[in-house]
Amino acid sequence: MRELLIDARLIAIKDLRIEARSRVLLNQVAPFALLVLVLFGFALDADQRTLRSFAPGLFWVAVLLAALLAVQRSTSLERADDAQTGLRLSGMAPSSVFLGKAAAVFLQLAVLEVLLTIGIVVLYGSQVDDPVLLILTAATAAVAVAATGTLYGALASGLGARETLLPILLLPVLAPVLIGATRSFDDALGTAAVDGWAWLGLLAVFGLVATALGALAHGAMIEN
Amino acid sequence: MADGRTSTGSSGSRLLGVITLVGLASLLLFAFVLTEPDVRLHPTTGEKFGQFDAVRLIYLHVPMAVLTYAAFLTCAASSAFYLVRRGAWWDVTAHASAEVGTVFCGLVLVTGSIWGRPVWNTWWEWGDVRLMTTLVLFLLFTGYLALRRTAADPQRQARRAAAVALIAVLDIPLINRSVEWWENRTLHQQSTLAELKIEDLTLFTLMLGFLVFGLVFAWLMLHRFRVGWLEQAQARHDVTLAIAERQAEMETLDVGAAIGESGGEK
Repeated sequence: MRELLIDARLIAIKDLRIEARSRVLLNQVAPFALLVLVLFGFALDADQRTLRSFAPGLFWVAVLLAALLAVQRSTSLERADDAQTGLRLSGMAPSSVFLGKAAAVFLQLAVLEVLLTIGIVVLYGSQVDDPVLLILTAATAAVAVAATGTLYGALASGLGARETLLPILLLPVLAPVLIGATRSFDDALGTAAVDGWAWLGLLAVFGLVATALGALAHGAMIEN
Repeated sequence: MADGRTSTGSSGSRLLGVITLVGLASLLLFAFVLTEPDVRLHPTTGEKFGQFDAVRLIYLHVPMAVLTYAAFLTCAASSAFYLVRRGAWWDVTAHASAEVGTVFCGLVLVTGSIWGRPVWNTWWEWGDVRLMTTLVLFLLFTGYLALRRTAADPQRQARRAAAVALIAVLDIPLINRSVEWWENRTLHQQSTLAELKIEDLTLFTLMLGFLVFGLVFAWLMLHRFRVGWLEQAQARHDVTLAIAERQAEMETLDVGAAIGESGGEK
């Protein structure tokens, strides 16, 4: 178990180091996510009251769209120069590779979520009523999205038309995360009278199942 | 075709097809002509209410919905067997049931929407748990079929498709739960089946619907399975043929080289 976590840490550091050097997240994915928030503003006629009441849903749609890019980027790192084969030859357990890659995507999503939270506060005028619930929801949903995304990223890699295949495979699976995270944010931002903590429980179950399933199935997905 | 077959039909499947067609005609007769519309009288005002002629769609919609779930469960079970046993039979069954299930699922959504317009006064109800779960199920298996159409090594594709099918089915309880919590209401149970008087001819027609759509499902599965099986046989045949051709080519080259060599010695 200890070895598994050490290897996962190595993989996560590798992916984050590549990100720090290439800055794809900061230069492309983050501006894209903010652009989505701005486009929602245009689409909803720049009415701040409407935007504020729909902010939770808009926030999570933006996160999911940006997550697609983050996952595709994470998968493409292993396709370049057939790095995937190198990873398989390294002797690391596939589950540690999965955990490492999912952890790297999680951290990138966490950065995106911070930026998007600032975005909805500034652009939509949202107010945070329950910061603890907000942070826990953002973290738990990010785990669920990162784990599912990493699994599906591996699953779609090596197949034709993977760039278009990933969204139609991944987004319907993440429907419960979108609903749960939106409702929990409704509570945290005070836009609807719901019990956000119950939704947080659903997100936690999803995150746990996705992480366990991903760690178990990743090996079968990356084998030739 | 690889094993000499030129059609997916057989005497058995043709007989099944004829029985299915007769069954469909009978079902349409019972559903749209012989059964009565759902008309009830309000106990106090005496006003007429109910689903009227829209109730006739129930005889098609409900059996198709049940068979959709049966098809997706078959797909998930076959996928699990494929991952364990790696037999082509399981893979073809999973693919066939997913395809037939997606067609049924699409029809369930369309008939449900047409029926919902007069009964619920809306084409679509976002808060209905079963409706939303069925829609997400449709989208999940649309993704599955898209994956099936990608150009990839067949075994790799089959393995990944099996994983997608299993995850899709595992995701269903979570989707169901989340939509239920989301709005905490479902129109299905409140305004339709619970209040509808299902008895005598209505019940018979509904049961006939299950039987006939079961036959349609079996007929479609049979043919889709045979198509899949023949596709796999064709692919294997093509590879065997290509290998034989290359071998024959190599032998011809060797003979040519040998002739050239002996000619030089002369």
